[in-house]
Amino acid sequence: MCTMIAHQVKLEGRGKSGPEWFEVREANVSYDHPYDLPLEHALNIDFVNEAMGPGTRVSVELSVDAARKLLQTIEAVLAQADARGVLEDIPLGAIGSGKA
Amino acid sequence: MSQAYQTDQYEGMISETVSMKGHNGDPILAYVARPLGTGPFPGMVVIHHAPGWDEWYRECARRFAHHGYISISPNLYHRDGHGTPEDVGTKVRAAGGAPDARVLGDLEGAIAWLRGLPNLSGKVGIFGTCSGGRQAFLAGCKLKGLDAVIECWGGRVVMSKEELTPAQPTAPIDFTKDLSAPILGLFGNEDKSPTPEQVNQHEAELKKHGKNYEFHRYDGAGHGFFYYDRAAYRQEQAVDGWKKIWAFLDKNLR
Repeated sequence: MCTMIAHQVKLEGRGKSGPEWFEVREANVSYDHPYDLPLEHALNIDFVNEAMGPGTRVSVELSVDAARKLLQTIEAVLAQADARGVLEDIPLGAIGSGKA
Repeated sequence: MSQAYQTDQYEGMISETVSMKGHNGDPILAYVARPLGTGPFPGMVVIHHAPGWDEWYRECARRFAHHGYISISPNLYHRDGHGTPEDVGTKVRAAGGAPDARVLGDLEGAIAWLRGLPNLSGKVGIFGTCSGGRQAFLAGCKLKGLDAVIECWGGRVVMSKEELTPAQPTAPIDFTKDLSAPILGLFGNEDKSPTPEQVNQHEAELKKHGKNYEFHRYDGAGHGFFYYDRAAYRQEQAVDGWKKIWAFLDKNLR
């Protein structure tokens, strides 16, 4: 892309791509050209599992304002959960994959 | 349009996917569009943009063929897996783009593929947009066998030290002295990558080294103003830009 501003974070989660859920192992966060959002640059997040090929992904393309609001909202939700004592900060690996 | 044609003339082209040898002799796929006939025809290498080897570049290759050029558009993301152009493009985006050395090897292979054809005129040009514009300029500086370079809004020809990576270790502007073919540059004055200031630096370097260059900058246009499937499309500027391309190729490849 033309800015090449991209970071990858390894993480644990699940994503839904089509009818099936898949194990999310990486999130690719970039500020570069979006595919569908009609802006020159956007904050793009691709939740992927590289081992499962390039088609396994959940993607969002956000305006800068939307990205900041999302970030603030995630922080607010986590803070609220923490304040109520329900935050389960346990690595997924510690409790197994949950799959047979 | 430079190729004024008559309503009673014969026209035809073939377009198809082929396999060619890319960097390190790796087989990679490419899309070829060529006019029917014995020619001889000049050739064009068509470099896809960073978002991927997509439909726009197939149409672009066919457009060059319509104007009498044998065109080949290699898949520069071939080694990054297969899927929809978007799926593969997002993977490459996350990796910070394709490595320059590999891209140059693939483009060299595309030039060699064209030069192996019996109906090539002997002249070969290269065209690219976005990251492909940058790579077209890079190819003009680093590869042999090119007679014309068309760089459309090549982002990151000018790079700060912080932007350099192992995959893209040198700012293309640093190779300007090695440019071996005339260059046409098209840019939008509202672009952020490259900015008008970066285009100024690019032009100043070409001037400094006495290169044969022709830059056109469009008001009211930003990045990607040729892309008729994007909000960035600017009809008036795009039509004029294509006219500049046909005139430049008539002058340098005919």
